[in-house]
Amino acid sequence: MFDVTVIGAGIVGSLIARKLSSYQLSVAVIEKEPDVGNVTTMANSAIVHSGYDPVPGTLKAELNVLGNKMMDQVCDELDVEMKRIGSLTVALYDEQLPLLEDLAKRSAQNGVPVQILSAEETLKLEPNLSKEVKGSLFAPTAGIVNPFTLSVHAIENAVDNGVKLFLEEKVVLINKNDDFYNIICESGNTYQTKIIINAAGIYSDEIHKMVEPIDYFLTPRKGEYFILDHYCDDLVKHTIFPLPSEKGKGILVTPSIGGTFLVGPSAEAMASKDDVSTDKFTLDEIKRQALMLVPSIPFNQVIRTFAGSRPTPNTHDFIIRYAKCDDHFITLSGIESPGLASSPAIAEYVVNEFVSRVIKLIPNPNFNPRVKARPHLKEMSVEERNKFIAENPDYGKIICNCEKVSLGEILFEMNTSVPPKTIKAVKKRTRAGFGKCQGGFCQPLVTKIISEKFNIPLNEVMFQKRGSFVVRYDIKGEKK
Amino acid sequence: MINRKLVIIGGGSAGMAAAIKAYELGERDILIIEKNAYLGGILNQCIHNGFGLHEFKEELTGPEFMTRFSKKVDELGISYALESNVLSISDDKVVTYSNAKDGLVEVKAEAIILTTGCYERNAGAIQIPGDRPSGIYTAGQAQLFANCYGYLVGKRVFILGSGDIGLIMARRMTLEGAKVLGVAELMPYSAGLNRNIVQCLKDYDIPLYLSHTVKKVIGESHLEKVVIAKVDEKMNFIEGTEQIFNCDCLLLSVGLLPNVDLFNKLPLSMSKTRGAKVNQAMETEIPGIFSAGNVLHVHDLVDYVVEEAREAAVGAISYLNGELKHEGHVYDVNPGVGINYVVPQKVFLDDVKDNLSFKFRVAKPMKDINILITEGNNIIKKIFKPAIVPSEMEIVHVSKDLFKRESNEIKVYVEEKK
Amino acid sequence: MKELICITCPRGCHLRVDDNLNVTGNFCPRGEAYAKAELTHPVRMVTSTVAIASISESRLPVKTKEPVPKEFIFPVMEEIRKTVVKAPIKIGDVVIENVCNSGVDVIATKDIEK
Repeated sequence: MFDVTVIGAGIVGSLIARKLSSYQLSVAVIEKEPDVGNVTTMANSAIVHSGYDPVPGTLKAELNVLGNKMMDQVCDELDVEMKRIGSLTVALYDEQLPLLEDLAKRSAQNGVPVQILSAEETLKLEPNLSKEVKGSLFAPTAGIVNPFTLSVHAIENAVDNGVKLFLEEKVVLINKNDDFYNIICESGNTYQTKIIINAAGIYSDEIHKMVEPIDYFLTPRKGEYFILDHYCDDLVKHTIFPLPSEKGKGILVTPSIGGTFLVGPSAEAMASKDDVSTDKFTLDEIKRQALMLVPSIPFNQVIRTFAGSRPTPNTHDFIIRYAKCDDHFITLSGIESPGLASSPAIAEYVVNEFVSRVIKLIPNPNFNPRVKARPHLKEMSVEERNKFIAENPDYGKIICNCEKVSLGEILFEMNTSVPPKTIKAVKKRTRAGFGKCQGGFCQPLVTKIISEKFNIPLNEVMFQKRGSFVVRYDIKGEKK
Repeated sequence: MINRKLVIIGGGSAGMAAAIKAYELGERDILIIEKNAYLGGILNQCIHNGFGLHEFKEELTGPEFMTRFSKKVDELGISYALESNVLSISDDKVVTYSNAKDGLVEVKAEAIILTTGCYERNAGAIQIPGDRPSGIYTAGQAQLFANCYGYLVGKRVFILGSGDIGLIMARRMTLEGAKVLGVAELMPYSAGLNRNIVQCLKDYDIPLYLSHTVKKVIGESHLEKVVIAKVDEKMNFIEGTEQIFNCDCLLLSVGLLPNVDLFNKLPLSMSKTRGAKVNQAMETEIPGIFSAGNVLHVHDLVDYVVEEAREAAVGAISYLNGELKHEGHVYDVNPGVGINYVVPQKVFLDDVKDNLSFKFRVAKPMKDINILITEGNNIIKKIFKPAIVPSEMEIVHVSKDLFKRESNEIKVYVEEKK
Repeated sequence: MKELICITCPRGCHLRVDDNLNVTGNFCPRGEAYAKAELTHPVRMVTSTVAIASISESRLPVKTKEPVPKEFIFPVMEEIRKTVVKAPIKIGDVVIENVCNSGVDVIATKDIEK
């Protein structure tokens, strides 16, 4: 019997689990995917929004602004890369200038520091912007973060502090007994828990429906993106937004924390939650819109395109509350953008405002907020690095040439409490395969490393989930 | 900090050929830096035959070809560092590499030759539409898995792109019992060599779909289907031409790109080949830094790679001897009508010994044409070609004496017969 | 009249062969020889890999020492597939003698030390 079970190990579920691990509670996290942070957390703009955009007074506005402020400490404790590079929301037409004023007012109401810049000031900050620019709203607190390591390190820290993580467990049924729930998974396993926190992201409506009828609905809204290689030096230094519209924040152009550049997303209402396919028509339209903002984007430097799905609620705000039938079921739904920026605040909010009212929270005296520190090779001096490699030779051997990832860094991750066992999981944690060759050279090596480390035959190493093979047959043509 | 006269980055066929040539020209202080645990580079996995017709006047497999070079390197006692990855080159020619044994090593070089080869355009680079399942590989990756690891990536294969590695893999996987369903090529002509079309596709009745490309890849976890469709002259899909193939792997053979990462932080301009701009000595815009082989421009024959690497070695030794003056009459070399690119992009005529060679590719297949090399308004050389295709690199040698020093532009272009 | 593409070198000459085996369109004499052979007795090199005992996930590349008749390709592959060799091996070492009674040996194309 667990005190609390979190369904979903995306960024929100992971940070909630971590927060819960700071109390004397038995906590489980159930995730249907073979790795944490594998759905919406994995495919988004990786922006720490400043919070000027949400409507004042909404939960979104409150949690975005608070989450943004908390991000430095969270990233420090969890050893996650984050940079406050600032954002520029750009007006391209004279008619849009009053909208900048409106946004500035909204920012003041939300408590977000911003500044309206003239065309000249804007171009001085970002010389590659369209010369048509008429002015912009500068939000210095906006940032970029590594969403992959943020979610992985959050859950790893939670597990290190006693949380139990169950991967590849898809919840199919929830039964309420007198004072506990049975969570039944597709595998046949049942988890008993006093409290459920539904952090199932794009599937949160389906989980909620397992306990009661719901009065809101989610629309999966797909966003397609381009990633450009990190050699497009100085393309932009800030996150560049067009003025927001009803459909969302529009097509942005931003540096990513890994040095690459992101262009996107589209915003397409989808019939299927699982559809994260890309198509030429949409990508061409993104290209067209992005070039209006930054005419010199070198699209011949694209190294990947991808799509993510966001749970857009018809309520236009985050939905965080008890189930109507029971205060031991806490639901989080419609956590679309700025969900990543808000996530640390959401975790605090859920635990302080909801969990604390239904179970006694006694601080865990052994709680360590810091994740196992990673060696940062790139930040070491030559001497430091040499000394380090002399003691740990694996850090001298480079596996991924594009991103300069060493064997040591990969093996480090494999020795943590949430080890990566698929190609994708290694990629998310270490950046191996993130570069221009997209794993062309390192994927065979990584496959071998996984095979040897976890003693799995080479043709059973998975790319990202069950059934996604890397190499399928031994050369005799038979499955080994 | 270690000092070296000549550092060669990449121990494939280009790197080894450059090192051997430099040694033969009298240089003894040479270091080859190689990322793999062995010399020879990509030829290790190219187990098929067809290498060495120019170089050795016989037909060798990739491993045989590269072994001849690696044995020579060992015989001559040229030093090399294996399992060593170069992290950076500074503009004052400090090469920093990393390996497990020595950690981070900084080598101050007097001259550098970059011979890091190329990489394959992949699903990301071509922005493949559809789902993101596993089961999509570059042809070279499938080749490595098959020939070096002993694993097949799938048994029902579709191939996008008619580049040579894709064609070679069509045969290879067929021989290992896989069914190759077809090869789609975006262009109206094949990107691979004729003999590979014959030996790898026709021999095994594998259909080649010209002017076709992948419209969608479908698969929830692993690849299940690819949809291909025909394209018009503007590369737009033609409605109603879709064909669906049930397959468990898609191999991509859609072009190779010079692996110029290490040049990206240097103040060097790139040419249309996506390699660095070089002069007649294969020297980049930074004196003493040279580039040759597939990192300069993608070749179709390794024989030409080693030839170019030797040119770079000659250039590097001339540089070390103070013979490259970068003075006197200078030409910019530009591709004209019908030509995609020309190497080199600059010529210092006074630094040329006897002959100059121009390497180029045409933009499309043509018949009965003349290749013209001009200096300003003067035609310096005119060569008749009964047939010419983009998949084959052309080399034209021109004597230094033919240049009149009247203009500063050399142009290579195609004259089609009316 | 038959048309075929010469594969003896990358040039890929388009050859025309008449009923009396007269060849035109060839750039060099090898084209003529190829066309005649291809129409009367087509042969191919077979290249593949064999397993190495005691070294897992590593293969020895091999080839037929000479081209074999086309119909031998798959039978030769069958033999190659059954073969396991022991290191050390030198380039040129015979891996399968007179494979499928073709008169041609399968030989190693790489040195394997350990």
